[in-house]
Amino acid sequence: MIHPDQVASMIKSGIPDADVQIQDLTGGNDHYQIVVISPTFEGKGLVQQHQLVYGAVQSAMSSEAIHALSLKTYTPEEWATASAAS
Amino acid sequence: MTSDVQTQIESIVKSNKIVVFMKGNRLMPQCGFSNNVVQIMNMLGVPYETVDVLEDENIRQGIKAYSSWPTIPQVYINGEFVGGSDIMVELYNSGKLQEQVEIALAS
Repeated sequence: MIHPDQVASMIKSGIPDADVQIQDLTGGNDHYQIVVISPTFEGKGLVQQHQLVYGAVQSAMSSEAIHALSLKTYTPEEWATASAAS
Repeated sequence: MTSDVQTQIESIVKSNKIVVFMKGNRLMPQCGFSNNVVQIMNMLGVPYETVDVLEDENIRQGIKAYSSWPTIPQVYINGEFVGGSDIMVELYNSGKLQEQVEIALAS
């Protein structure tokens, strides 16, 4: 288990300019849906974008403090388009 | 990861056009994320291989090091790591997965 704020700060220390939105899927503090928005993702494919986020939370993943992670990554422009559409 | 696990993984990945390292098998996925990928592959209606990582702890941990990707399932097309459940859902919804699969099967 790990507190959502800890997950957010881990991601922000790995991707300093990231905006992070976290949702606990099960209430058990170990299944998270995370949205990460960052200019760092520009020009990168989905796999690299997700690897950046996984890299930032690697220690929590390998210790199984985070059991499952559902990830959505966006550049600021993609996020603007996605939220305008929804 | 020992070199023979690496070699084993390498041969599986290189000798199958489409292979899914998952928990369970296509008839009995043992995890929701693995099930997502199986459902997508079934909807595409293409031939694909699966490897049940629950049957071999060396492969279960080795595959994560191989792709430097910490979760299961993992999908490989034409020997290339494509992604896990989230990315497969996004690629499927955007139509890009269908393109990748057709190119792979045609090559």
